[in-house]
Amino acid sequence: MQKFTIRIENTGEHYACTDKRSVLEGMVALGRRGIPVGCRQGGCGVCKVQVLEGQYVRRVMSRAHISPEDEQNGCVLSCRIYPASDLRVSVIGAMKKNVCRPLASLPPPPTMNQPRQGDSSWQ
Amino acid sequence: MAMTGVLRPGHAQIRVLDLEESVKWYTDVMGLQPMGRDGQGRAYFKTRNERDHNSVILRQADEAGIDFFAFKVLDKATLDDFDRKLQAYGVKTERIPAGELLETGERVRFQIPTGHSIELYADKTDVGNGKGYLDPDVDVIDGPGIRPIRMDHALLYGGDIDGNVKLFTEVLGFTLVERVKLEDGKTDLAVWLTCSAKAHDIAFVRHAEDGKLHHVSFQMPSWESVLRAADIMSVNRVSIDIGPTRHGITQGTTIYFFDPSGNRLETFSGGYDHYPDMHPITWSWEEVGRGIFYHDRKLNDAFLSVVT
Repeated sequence: MQKFTIRIENTGEHYACTDKRSVLEGMVALGRRGIPVGCRQGGCGVCKVQVLEGQYVRRVMSRAHISPEDEQNGCVLSCRIYPASDLRVSVIGAMKKNVCRPLASLPPPPTMNQPRQGDSSWQ
Repeated sequence: MAMTGVLRPGHAQIRVLDLEESVKWYTDVMGLQPMGRDGQGRAYFKTRNERDHNSVILRQADEAGIDFFAFKVLDKATLDDFDRKLQAYGVKTERIPAGELLETGERVRFQIPTGHSIELYADKTDVGNGKGYLDPDVDVIDGPGIRPIRMDHALLYGGDIDGNVKLFTEVLGFTLVERVKLEDGKTDLAVWLTCSAKAHDIAFVRHAEDGKLHHVSFQMPSWESVLRAADIMSVNRVSIDIGPTRHGITQGTTIYFFDPSGNRLETFSGGYDHYPDMHPITWSWEEVGRGIFYHDRKLNDAFLSVVT
């Protein structure tokens, strides 16, 4: 088992992650923050990152969120990549706007005017 | 109460990113019974206690999510009657021939206002739960996996949930059990509907994108068995969203967790019985946190945002 350093460019956060854990799992397990946490299984897309530097092993992830071009450009779901070297990543995912947040473009309700709940999308 | 129309949720077809990994997980961790595969490679499951041939169907795809959710109706005449009523209401229906799903009769498929495909069917082969219909034993022997009682309900996300409520109550005979209001006190954020005497058979949350799956839920026999499910999840490193905890809405105890493709599932127990004469319960915007997660008492961003 090898250990590598993951650096999140947006926040300057860094943590150690083994090659047996996904980049997201490694962050969550140490109580670190920076990448939004969703399903942790490659399906929901909220933990999307751009790998700026480093090698990794990747598992299958939903095409609803990662196109083949994304993959080629190192744009991946952090819950589905396992470090094979130190990594530098930049967060590009986010919790989707939901109806309890402002500016959600929704079909019916004309009376929507919700207060911002604070940006809680950063776990 | 006489149940003569839509009886209960019957099957959910879920998209998975790696079929073999998922088949193993639904078998070993969920403790569902594999019921075979069809010509398209779809894998079929039922819980040990369910009597009909299948309730969960897995399809390999490159995106996670739900293909369709189905309800069993009383008989063929009821199915034809609902088909007529749906068309009269202005809903386009499609007949899927018997046998397209293993051991399942003809299905009537239609799209609801939130973009989800819903199906009705009357027949699915009764394969039994292994205990027989004469002098059966009780299923008390513990076994591997979570082993829920049944596939119980689903929560779906989409835009026009008002249209869904109208369709389900006016055409399909469902009743509204609980609702959550947005800050304006008028608009529904979420609704829980039943076709039976359960607290919910289907639920909807208003969302910016149509056709999304929030979770498919499985009923457990007790709060203790929900806690046992949590232990099984940790032993198997299952991704847990939240719980074990309790919902204020429906009052059930719960764990939300994710299958290997990120589809959210629930194991829940309890809740109360609802009859059509009962007044629906309303949750105000100010108390929605307590309504959704009774112990945390706060809104959880993942609950409202993470869907497949």
